[in-house]
Amino acid sequence: MNLPFAAGGPVIPNFGSAHQYSCERANGLFCWGWFRQNWAGTLWPALRQHVILVLIAVVAGFLISLGLALLAHRYRRVEQPAIVFTSFLYTIPALAFFELLLGVPGLGLNRPTAEIPLVSYTLLILFRNNLTGLRSVPVDVLDAARGMGMSRRQLLWRVELPLALPAIIAGLRIATVSTVALATLAALIDNEGLGAPILSAINDSYFKTELIAAGGLAVLLAVGADGLLVAAQRLLTPWARRRVA
Amino acid sequence: MIVSGVDSESKGATRGEGGVTSGALELEFRGVEKRYPGRREAAIPGLSLTVPAGEVCVLVGPSGSGKTTAMRLINRMIPLTGGDILLGGRSVLERDPTELRREIGYVIQQVGLFPHHTVQDNIATVPRLLGWSRERIEARVREMLELISLDPAEVAGRYPHQLSGGQRQRIGVARALAADPPLLLMDEPFGAIDPINRASLQEGFLALQRQVRKTVVFVTHDIDEAIKLGDRIAILREGGVLAQYAPPAEILDHPADDFVAEFVGADRALKRLGLATLAELELPPLNGDHPAGDVPVTMNVRDALAAVLAAGGRPLRVVGTDGAVHGLATLEAIGAVLRDEGPATVTSA
Repeated sequence: MNLPFAAGGPVIPNFGSAHQYSCERANGLFCWGWFRQNWAGTLWPALRQHVILVLIAVVAGFLISLGLALLAHRYRRVEQPAIVFTSFLYTIPALAFFELLLGVPGLGLNRPTAEIPLVSYTLLILFRNNLTGLRSVPVDVLDAARGMGMSRRQLLWRVELPLALPAIIAGLRIATVSTVALATLAALIDNEGLGAPILSAINDSYFKTELIAAGGLAVLLAVGADGLLVAAQRLLTPWARRRVA
Repeated sequence: MIVSGVDSESKGATRGEGGVTSGALELEFRGVEKRYPGRREAAIPGLSLTVPAGEVCVLVGPSGSGKTTAMRLINRMIPLTGGDILLGGRSVLERDPTELRREIGYVIQQVGLFPHHTVQDNIATVPRLLGWSRERIEARVREMLELISLDPAEVAGRYPHQLSGGQRQRIGVARALAADPPLLLMDEPFGAIDPINRASLQEGFLALQRQVRKTVVFVTHDIDEAIKLGDRIAILREGGVLAQYAPPAEILDHPADDFVAEFVGADRALKRLGLATLAELELPPLNGDHPAGDVPVTMNVRDALAAVLAAGGRPLRVVGTDGAVHGLATLEAIGAVLRDEGPATVTSA
């Protein structure tokens, strides 16, 4: 694969002093100088692309799985087929899934194609958590809500979905963190995201800074996204905080 | 209790003493039948009874007597299969179920407060469904909290898990009354509360009912609770058959049959005494006797009997709140309560 980042290595501008390349020459494990010089041109764009890849995958996966969960919540017979389907998708080996799509006619080597496996892998966990959340609403609460004259739609929006939020967000956290890791494989298809510098670094058996930088950014992104979701949950479900004794 | 003009625009048959309520409606079961598919026996084979507006009707009976089913037929949580139920002369079957339910207060044993809503949002549930203005809802929530003797400043912003079981139950009642419904359904509302708090909730309910004067259908399996709270008691037997429908005193004085007699218990005479206070008795004068002690005239006769027995059967002096002596509580005077009841003084519906 022809990766522009890897072609001939990074272009290092001359800032004057020669000893600033000593880390690279000594083949140090992680060279800060290289990181700083390649941040704006390589790492930052890759990180941004990665965020978009993950965002699209999780949002699309969430909408599909929520639709499925709402159906299964209302019609029990939907649950089993939905679990079989989402589990099947989940069992496909990730590397094989991405590589397989490269050969499918009609699918371009672009972002939409890369999203197919990413979305697929989120469905199982999101579907299960959404359904668990919807089913976790206590029967007495449902009975009271119906008995006070809530329509089915009011029941869903005012009672069932808000009370399902903790389980829904728990699912989103797992799906998001795993998609951040998985999305590095999207580079196999459309050569974007943090997977691109990682793939280029894999081809370089000596210089590890690029691999560590991109991998590290993926880890930081996962941790950051998880933190954001935790904050969102605290904000959205103030009632779920444990009573302070 | 505060008096506010919140309901000044709503029309009602009668107004309560405090202005928090706009009236009650008569409820009639007319040949009500409930059958479940695949079952030969009807859950309720044909129930007819009328609850006058503003009265508390307690449905009581053993499990399998269909008391909760009968209650849930009223707001169409369970569909009727025969007969009709009329609220204020109008069939509930003509009504859209969600609209009907917004006009009927609903309290259940587990309360079912929304855990994700604060106390004020819980109470505001039905007013919001009805599209009341924000100001009207806020005023109403305050009014409801004051009605159940909770401080709005203290509890309005709390979540249900931050409250005691008794507080939750009272808020459940406030929520049911918030939109000022003419009918209140209560399904074993105090069943999950410990005995001491249950007694105080029952007292609270009676005090509240004196203010709001709603038509209430109250389901319980506890005959003592039925006697304490009901203006009328409907005793149902297994199979959903109405065994007797009458005021508590009449049921205790004249049980319709052996089932009712057994259901109200061998101590029904004592329960009957609990319905009267010493003030209602003809007490013999003091006549220079030496009473063993004093009892207040407001005491119920059952407790007075216990006091007399504890004094070794010797008479006790009955004293009014103003200190005036009303006479002597003697075993004879107490026993007269039961003898006086001769032929029914109250008629069954």
